[in-house]
Amino acid sequence: MTRIVIVGGGTGGTVLANRLADKLAPDLKRGDVEVTLVNDGPDQVYKPTFLYVPFGEATVEEARHPIVDLVDRTVDFRVDRVTSIDTDAKRLSLQRDGALEYDYLVLATGANLAPDEVPGLVEGGHHFYGAAGAEKLRDALAEFEAGHLVLSVIGVPHMCPAAPVEFVMMADQWLRERGRREDVDITYTYPIQRIHGLEPVAEWAQPLFDERGIEAETFFNPESVDPDERVIETMEGTELDYDLLVAIPPHSGSPLVEEAGLGDGGWVAVDNRTLEAEHADDVYAIGDVADVATSKAGSVAHYQAGAVADRLASQARGQVPTAEYDGKTMCFVESGTDEAAFIEFSYERQPEPRDPNQFVHWGKLAYNEAYWLTARGLL
Amino acid sequence: MSESISPDVTVDSRGAACPGPLMDLIGKIKQADAGTVFELQTNDSSSSHDVPEWVEKAGHELLDVVEHGDGEYWSIFVETRE
Ligand SMILES: Cc1cc2nc3c(=O)[nH]c(=O)nc-3n(C[C@H](O)[C@H](O)[C@H](O)COP(=O)(O)OP(=O)(O)OC[C@H]3O[C@@H](n4cnc5c(N)ncnc54)[C@H](O)[C@@H]3O)c2cc1C
Repeated sequence: MTRIVIVGGGTGGTVLANRLADKLAPDLKRGDVEVTLVNDGPDQVYKPTFLYVPFGEATVEEARHPIVDLVDRTVDFRVDRVTSIDTDAKRLSLQRDGALEYDYLVLATGANLAPDEVPGLVEGGHHFYGAAGAEKLRDALAEFEAGHLVLSVIGVPHMCPAAPVEFVMMADQWLRERGRREDVDITYTYPIQRIHGLEPVAEWAQPLFDERGIEAETFFNPESVDPDERVIETMEGTELDYDLLVAIPPHSGSPLVEEAGLGDGGWVAVDNRTLEAEHADDVYAIGDVADVATSKAGSVAHYQAGAVADRLASQARGQVPTAEYDGKTMCFVESGTDEAAFIEFSYERQPEPRDPNQFVHWGKLAYNEAYWLTARGLL
Repeated sequence: MSESISPDVTVDSRGAACPGPLMDLIGKIKQADAGTVFELQTNDSSSSHDVPEWVEKAGHELLDVVEHGDGEYWSIFVETRE
């Protein structure tokens, strides 16, 4: 029997489990294959919802869904935490329930936030990258009448490269609608010499920032934050005062990965196309934890899950796997609270952002609503 | 000139697209003492321009930029300052 174990029941792990259940249905039924999904909690958290929480347009409860309702019944779903990986013995240690052996392992553990890497950031800054942070920011924003709002992108790579750009444009409009925009200055900071890593996105967003009076500081890498004086100090030797700081904190991968020697910083070193781990046999990584040359986005996890499902289905049947991931990435980018643009790109193809419109905005909201159907494999 | 530079730290960012190489270098420089010599390897041509620009802005010293092969990859040598 071929044992496939997936660690992480987020977007990537869930889509993969369901694709395997579909592709290997007869094999699973005969007992030739077993698919196990391990997640360290009973629920999946759909993070894109958090962007809307600070503006009171969504609640953190809406971002949660029980995983048992999302995965096919032929998948053995376990709530447990993987505490170590032995790639030689092909065995995982679990926090609650002993060990688990595998023939093929897929890591889909996502990304973690590491705000303590920047001294003062935890005390001085807000973020909307997790449930508690998004709620705290909602309360701070509700009380923020006037002053300097700074959005600082500290972590690159970070989840969802569009989210910081979206946040400032949504904040701009939200403040306008409340008659407070004139009393608030907005500054957006980015580590490199333009406002976004992808050149076409930077070129698309810059005029929108100019139109709306959103200032940008580039080559801006915060080294520390002084929460009492409300000042950010950078590696480049500049200082910036703020009244409300919203940061995209540094990210890290999984400690499991580092300990198992699978990659630096907790990101699994993988082949960009096959998604096979470079430092171990029969190990794959998908989603945010995989170190590939594209964004950390749910759409990436989704497409990668499709490619790895095909590869594993071939391998389980003793065939040579040929499916590959071509770098396809898709993002909706909100440019206010009622307009959005759409971008799509791959390893070979640059994105071509178009003018934002209301239709795409509704498309993004509809996608977020229908997300639970895509995770289930129904869409 | 580069023949004579022996870096303390080599950062291999070949295969990563912009801004990966610059961010890799920034991450490493964050943890380094002044006077550390870095070699950043990149095959992204825009990084071969952007990285020197950042080095100057951040007040470090650009020692050399060496092209290997016909644009196959670049070695960017940087010495950190206080
Ligand atoms: C504010 C925000 C907005 C975003 N907007 C978008 C968007 O509009 N479009 C888009 O495409 N993407 C967006 N993203 C990014 C997207 O959410 C992530 O890229 C996506 O969730 C990655 O999926 P994943 O499966 O790799 O990881 P996750 O979905 O993070 O899932 C990982 C799972 O693994 C579990 N886990 C971790 N370690 C262990 C362990 N040791 N044992 C067991 N389980 C473990 C975790 O608990 C979690 O359930 C956004 C992200 C944020 C923060």
